[in-house]
Amino acid sequence: MANEKRRIAYPSQILGDTKSKRAGRGTFIEKDKIYAEKLGIVNSQTDYINVVPLKGRYDPIVGDFVIGIVEEALSSGWLVDINAPSPALLHVNEVPWNVEFGDNEKYLNHGDAIMAKILQVDESKKLQITLNDRNLYKIKDGHIIDVEPSRVPRIIGKKGSMIALIKKYTQCRIFVGQNGRIWIDGTIDSIDKVLRVINKIENEAVTFGLTDRVEELLKKDAKDVR
Amino acid sequence: MKSDMVLIDDKGKRLDGRGFEDLRDIKIEAGVLHRADGSCYLEWGGNKVFVAVYGPREAIPRHIQNPLRAIVNARYNMAAFSVEDRKRPGPDRRSREISKVISEALEKVVLTEQFPRAAIDVNIEVLDAEAGTRCAGLTAAGVALADAGIPMTDIPVACATGKINGHVVLDLGKEEDNFGEADLPIAISPRTKEVLLLQMDGHLTLDEFNKAFDLAIKGCLSISELQKKAILEKYKTVLEVE
Repeated sequence: MANEKRRIAYPSQILGDTKSKRAGRGTFIEKDKIYAEKLGIVNSQTDYINVVPLKGRYDPIVGDFVIGIVEEALSSGWLVDINAPSPALLHVNEVPWNVEFGDNEKYLNHGDAIMAKILQVDESKKLQITLNDRNLYKIKDGHIIDVEPSRVPRIIGKKGSMIALIKKYTQCRIFVGQNGRIWIDGTIDSIDKVLRVINKIENEAVTFGLTDRVEELLKKDAKDVR
Repeated sequence: MKSDMVLIDDKGKRLDGRGFEDLRDIKIEAGVLHRADGSCYLEWGGNKVFVAVYGPREAIPRHIQNPLRAIVNARYNMAAFSVEDRKRPGPDRRSREISKVISEALEKVVLTEQFPRAAIDVNIEVLDAEAGTRCAGLTAAGVALADAGIPMTDIPVACATGKINGHVVLDLGKEEDNFGEADLPIAISPRTKEVLLLQMDGHLTLDEFNKAFDLAIKGCLSISELQKKAILEKYKTVLEVE
């Protein structure tokens, strides 16, 4: 795949017919032809054609770790914005604290940020999230930035290689939510460095050999600091 | 109303020197506003239009939500300085009608079933107007929706035809619109050639209508190519490998 030429598809662009390939994500079928349904990069596998989106909202998948911002405290839980088309419900049973009835606002209130896991997505796209998992908690300090959700896999890298690299050179604590929100905690200088690196990754996400170039950038900066 | 204004000269040229089947100059640029999820700037003759797309996001107030699909809210607005006499700001009867017909045209191409209870907001801002702003707005909205990464079956495109001094012509200019006999804006889905919007102002015979309709589709298809070029132009840089 390394030298295969990548191309961009716009919505309604014809990609092939159903006889030779099967329609994957980001495509639709009409009269035995496969069309792209959104702007993205064509990813042609041996039997599937997918369109990997370039832009767009986060499409929630069960088990994803995300960063959410509380919108509203309800009587039996909270509504949390996770950058999806609709807000997610965090039920009182899904938090690690023993919340007394009516005391919801003492624990989480409008504007608070949390790390959460997606518990359920039903067929009408109603979302439920939970805090009952490893390392999930309310975020008290640090910095949250937004990136395109489609860039998240590149920021994490293969088996976390990219994010491990950034952590190694900057000594920051970083958590990348699948919904395109990234939490960074560290000194001001190192946060600034992380922001620059993430910006570079976002701009060059589809190019090859990105990890090496990012390592170069981080090494060069490390010299400047010393 | 028959006017005696001469819109076509002896050589068969129109006021701005175009032939009967010529479009005005069109310039399209995608992804121009960084706050919006998707955006487009379009210049079409003397029209200047900005479109910003937000969403899909939760529809507010909650009672307008549809539990089965997303709603598309287009808002067409003309700036106070977009016309010669100051236009009184705010929605009026005309802009509410245009907002409604554009919303319905866009709803047809967007795959709304993928986002139940959500809303997709399309803000169409006309900065400078010179006839055919609803077509310009809809064409720009199509590019902005694609730029926002919203799934859709096609990129909608619109174009007007009309009748001036007894001739069916493509893409009316300002004087042609004001003093001509008929104006026929049409929006289509260029892949399937389905009609998304069709309005008519004035009178046409059946033969003239059919001729105007075919001409509008021809115009739409050539504008559609410009739309696709604008989208690819914006995103070709992400592919450039050094």
